[in-house]
Amino acid sequence: MALFRRSRPAGRPAGAATGGASPSAPSHVAAAATADTTDAGPVVVRLDDVHVTLGEREVLRGVDLELTEQRVGVVGANGSGKSTLARLLNGLVLPTRGRVTVGGLDTAREGAAVRRLVGFVFTDPDAQIVMPTVAEDVAYSLRPRRGEPALDPEERDAVVHAALVERGLADHADHPAHLLSGGQKQLLAITSVLVTRPRVLVADEPTTLLDLRNARAVHALLRGLEQQVVVVTHDLDLLDGYDRVLVVDGGRVVADDEPGPAVAWYRRAMGAS
Amino acid sequence: MTLLGAYVPRDSVVHRAPAGAKLVALLAVSVAVLAVPGPWAVTSLAALLLAVTLAARLRPRHLWQQVRPLRFAVPVLFALQWWSLGPERAALLCARLVLLVALAGTLTLTTRTSDVLDALTAATRPLRVVGVRPDRVALVLALTVRSIPVLVALSDDVRAAQRARGRERDVRAYAVPLVVGTLRRADALGEALRARGVDD
Repeated sequence: MALFRRSRPAGRPAGAATGGASPSAPSHVAAAATADTTDAGPVVVRLDDVHVTLGEREVLRGVDLELTEQRVGVVGANGSGKSTLARLLNGLVLPTRGRVTVGGLDTAREGAAVRRLVGFVFTDPDAQIVMPTVAEDVAYSLRPRRGEPALDPEERDAVVHAALVERGLADHADHPAHLLSGGQKQLLAITSVLVTRPRVLVADEPTTLLDLRNARAVHALLRGLEQQVVVVTHDLDLLDGYDRVLVVDGGRVVADDEPGPAVAWYRRAMGAS
Repeated sequence: MTLLGAYVPRDSVVHRAPAGAKLVALLAVSVAVLAVPGPWAVTSLAALLLAVTLAARLRPRHLWQQVRPLRFAVPVLFALQWWSLGPERAALLCARLVLLVALAGTLTLTTRTSDVLDALTAATRPLRVVGVRPDRVALVLALTVRSIPVLVALSDDVRAAQRARGRERDVRAYAVPLVVGTLRRADALGEALRARGVDD
């Protein structure tokens, strides 16, 4: 696959709220979210000559990127390396060679601080929901991390309630998580991540297990967030309005452009035009 | 509704009671009932269960959900005990078992899992001196509770796939995908916990 890269316009500033802001975060969570020195403006995500080898297989090969845009989509065939690319951004996968930094923090050396900046949403919410009930799972995100004071239970409950109200899950607060629909589970997984007020949200195929209605609802939610969002997806039509789309193939970023030309190029490359 | 995650929100004195106190009370009652033979213990336990149920504003169906899993085991146990101990002691033993499970069920029905876990975390805090991490104990218990419905769903999927392929009686066709699926889910859960900062 040939490399295709065109100049891109700069993305919207990441600090510009576009609606759907999360509820007020408790003080220690807000403090954790300021690890990259400024609370406003884009968090610069940088990959320098990143290689990732898993077993015998080189999954990513020499990726150089700088992401500052508000909305970034990542597309690619199965096994192309796009999920590994996403996992690099909050230190779930570390580079075998090269360096990944988020807001100046090295994911290999400052993983804990990076994970406070970067929230991660997985494909299968059942793998992400830890606690038995809806409210408890959101509250679990607010537990004190090392060196942080514990939240007052009343304050914690208020933050959880506000988060659930905002996502339309308040009526399910005490329901067992496993009884939610697929769409509601994914909504819960996203709520549990957003309640910590990350500066960047990375989502790995968050709509793959959802029907069209729920997929659109999740994408609308992601599009409306004030955070920078990096979404790995196969839903090409849902990338309209994104600032930048990366096409990954064979462990490399082979196209990098605005959604229209990048998606059109990807469709042609996949023989789907 | 399953027996897990079956919290029934109500505004009652039982709901408001601290989880730790409820756990200790349950333990004390269980020991007392098992230590005291005869019908008085069973009668007292039934009266206590009735009082707790009324105070907590629970309905009979809530308690039935808690004891329902025993519906196959109790008749077998009763038959075995009748054979070895006679009908009266068999009936008392089974009644004690059902009532104790129902009483434990009132704890599940009136206490959020997170409150139980907080109480257990506090209770295990003294064990730090021997290397026990209370937060990890609580997390393991929470994951256990959370994983059961997930694994039941996985088991149902595997059984459906077996039936679709006409392999209902093939144990290997059930066990292999179930084990593989469970390990995959465990992997995914570990990754999700890392993403949520558990190791941080």
